[in-house]
Amino acid sequence: MSLVDPNDSLSGGPEEPEATGSFVTSLALKQRAGGVAVPLVTVVVAFLMSGIVVLATGHNPLLAYRDIFNGAGLNWIFHPTTNIANTAAYNLSQTLLQTTTLILCGLAVAFAFRSGMFNIGGQGQYFVGLFVANWVGSDLAGMSRLPHVLLAIGAAILAGAIWAGIAGFLKATVGAHEVISTIMLNWVAYWIGSWLFGDGGPLQNSADKTLPISNDVANSAKLPVFWGDPQLQGLHVGFFVAIAALVVFYLVLNRTTAGYEVRAVGFNAEAAAYGGINVKKNLIRAMAISGAFAGLAGGLDMLGYLFHFGQSDIPVSSVGFLGIAVALLGRNTAIGTGLAALLFGALLFGTTHGLSSNVIQPELAGNLTYIIQGLVVLFIGADVLILYVWNARRFLRPKHRHAEVAA
Amino acid sequence: MTEERVLEMRGIRKEFPGVIANDDVSFDVRRGEVHALLGENGAGKSTLMNILYGLYRPDAGEILLHGKPVSFNSARDAIHAGVGMVHQHFMLIPVMTVAENIVLGMEPPGILLDERGAEQRVRELSEQYGLIVEPRALVSEITVGQEQRVEILKALYRGAEILILDEPTAVLTPQEAHELFGILRSLKADGKSIVFITHKLNEVLEIADRITVLRRGKSVETVPAAGATEASLARAMVGREVLLRVEKAPATPGDVVLSIGDLHVRDDRGIAKVRGVTFDVRAGEIVGIAGVDGNGQTELIEAITGLRKSESGTIEVDGRSVHDATAREMLDVGVGHIPEDRQRRGLVLEFSIAENIALHDYAKPPVAKWGWLFPQRLIERASRLIKEFDIRGGGPLTRAGGLSGGNQQKVVVAREIARDPKVLIAAQPTRGLDVGAIEYLHGRIVSERDKGRAVVLVSLELEEILSLSDRILVIYEGEIVGEHTGDVSEQAIGLEMLGGREHEAA
Repeated sequence: MSLVDPNDSLSGGPEEPEATGSFVTSLALKQRAGGVAVPLVTVVVAFLMSGIVVLATGHNPLLAYRDIFNGAGLNWIFHPTTNIANTAAYNLSQTLLQTTTLILCGLAVAFAFRSGMFNIGGQGQYFVGLFVANWVGSDLAGMSRLPHVLLAIGAAILAGAIWAGIAGFLKATVGAHEVISTIMLNWVAYWIGSWLFGDGGPLQNSADKTLPISNDVANSAKLPVFWGDPQLQGLHVGFFVAIAALVVFYLVLNRTTAGYEVRAVGFNAEAAAYGGINVKKNLIRAMAISGAFAGLAGGLDMLGYLFHFGQSDIPVSSVGFLGIAVALLGRNTAIGTGLAALLFGALLFGTTHGLSSNVIQPELAGNLTYIIQGLVVLFIGADVLILYVWNARRFLRPKHRHAEVAA
Repeated sequence: MTEERVLEMRGIRKEFPGVIANDDVSFDVRRGEVHALLGENGAGKSTLMNILYGLYRPDAGEILLHGKPVSFNSARDAIHAGVGMVHQHFMLIPVMTVAENIVLGMEPPGILLDERGAEQRVRELSEQYGLIVEPRALVSEITVGQEQRVEILKALYRGAEILILDEPTAVLTPQEAHELFGILRSLKADGKSIVFITHKLNEVLEIADRITVLRRGKSVETVPAAGATEASLARAMVGREVLLRVEKAPATPGDVVLSIGDLHVRDDRGIAKVRGVTFDVRAGEIVGIAGVDGNGQTELIEAITGLRKSESGTIEVDGRSVHDATAREMLDVGVGHIPEDRQRRGLVLEFSIAENIALHDYAKPPVAKWGWLFPQRLIERASRLIKEFDIRGGGPLTRAGGLSGGNQQKVVVAREIARDPKVLIAAQPTRGLDVGAIEYLHGRIVSERDKGRAVVLVSLELEEILSLSDRILVIYEGEIVGEHTGDVSEQAIGLEMLGGREHEAA
């Protein structure tokens, strides 16, 4: 399974080593084409299969997808307007709000992948960013706006970095596998949140002690909204931060010595060590940078539109996990992650509101995103299989069996 | 030996997108002969055998078994027809026993595996051909040489009459290779036919009855081994005269550049592998370290290059003590290292040539400044070195994994030499390479010596040690047991490599 695809770097694709001549070159080309083909085929097949589910409930999948497309505000491109009173514009702003979070959660997974690690802890790192941003944002009321926002965001980034850094540290020192440790850290974050916001918890609502919900962040810590009404979940400037993060991700990986180290360790830790790279230090650093992305996602969500968080919000949050599908579908590249985040953002928002029960069964609508997410992870995990089937066509055609020899 | 043809391949052609791997290749195998397929890397040997084994389908040509045309769609078909293949990389299941691995896929009918019966049959087979291996041992616990025997037994168990061995000696020590040849002779005596794929000339002359030489996908000639010489075969393989002997002027050693004193090193399992090694290497000389694999060479090099902590002892480079240094520090004091495994350690195969060349200095000016990398400068430098070291098969942005073995090694050598190291450590620099590449690398190592570098050459190939070294040290069980300058016989060193000094004392 090739989870690491360096297509946007100086390197080539991840095909098999050890062979010679232009056979390999052509194979590399095929694989590189596979770098685009596999995600595309995956999406198409995932939508087809989900369409069958829609069909099974007695609805027309094409109509359902059309309404989801419109519900996500993607029909905005046919008559663009920035007037938020327009339904399409409003829907799009909400889709982009989801996309913002998903870009960063996707990068959290992608960066670790590029260093050869599987960060399943995006959810936990997102949580700690969220909690810390809420704490700094609500507790330090009275600061002026810019320093307050920067402080809260910085704290969220740091929290996410430390949370993931723990997993990196454990891997580097005692060899604990990051998949196990990040899953465990997810649960630790989960229960810390439950305690923080719960009855008598340090971040519980100070006005009403019966609510297991945090205080709102102070106005001085809220992010400016540039599209829509700040009271009605408008699109905040965090969207541009996420876009910038994509650029940073690309530049760090491909244009810095730290990124060179990350990729070298990810591809071949032994060769990296031989090259003079401190592999253990790099594992910790790569995980910390991964977690920083997820922590930033939590911070932006808290200061951008959530403003408060409650005990009951914790179990239903799953953007961190969705980030895995985003990274996989985006093949761990900057552009791919951005596009995959938009797809899942549109699905998340487009399936959860305004769909007529004539078009899709309401119980199915909200779960369609997760069906597609599951199929994407399944298929991308099987990209070798997809390529194999793709390549097998050629071998199947000239099939003329001679009589087998009598042994 | 009868003249009966058990196998014939006629006019085989196989094209992959952009390359013709086999072009009108013909050859035949007789009953009870060892037929060597000789050719450089990429000459089409493995493709041809994969066609025979049913893994590829030929675009043209035919295969005749016992005179009848056959067409294999899978390895299973080939196995049924009595063709067995032992790949370069073994395909055994480590957690299962030798016997279980051998009968795997061909178990006698029944729900439970008849372990006793399987062991018994394996034992009979192994005794018949001198393929000594314990049926009950776990595959994870046996040596590479024994694993190969298991693979051969597996093929025989499945009724192979024609046995294809793909570069069988690449993973073996000289002793194991010698034993393998004994096994092949007994198989031959029993009427089995063996196709032996290799690019090593001396092996071919030792074991083969007939030799078919492939060059660039075409069969150049088929000759009896009797009468062929290394020079004639090399010419057929490469298509021009090849310098098999290294030409070099006498060394003019200068000052001591590398000094090792009473070095002790343990391996990962804590076993003492280097036990009190002391030696000096001077500028302008090649010191060869001869020894059977596993006698501490790997750990010795790893200690000198900072990849492994030594237990005690001193390492000095250019008069500076560098004990307990990291890999980074050893690079910085001027130790260049051509590692023994270029694919596992020497290169990041997914990286481009340009990136691989920067593996040691990616963080230093001029290719980087303040943590910022300048890809264009990496590319420019790589272009220059590609030209200087005659690296073929791609440009600066070509993936290293897409190059042939010889060109991969040239990338490593280019990187190490371009750093202008004081000490150059070359560990098995020509392992798995073909004659053309070996010729180039040997010449390069000698010319680097002439430029005044101190060269440490570690090789399992005694011939390589003898032809390149100005001074030879023999390592046995982690100790230097012999030192030679000038003419010394292969036998004398071979004896020391096996711990002969102790035998003499006994």
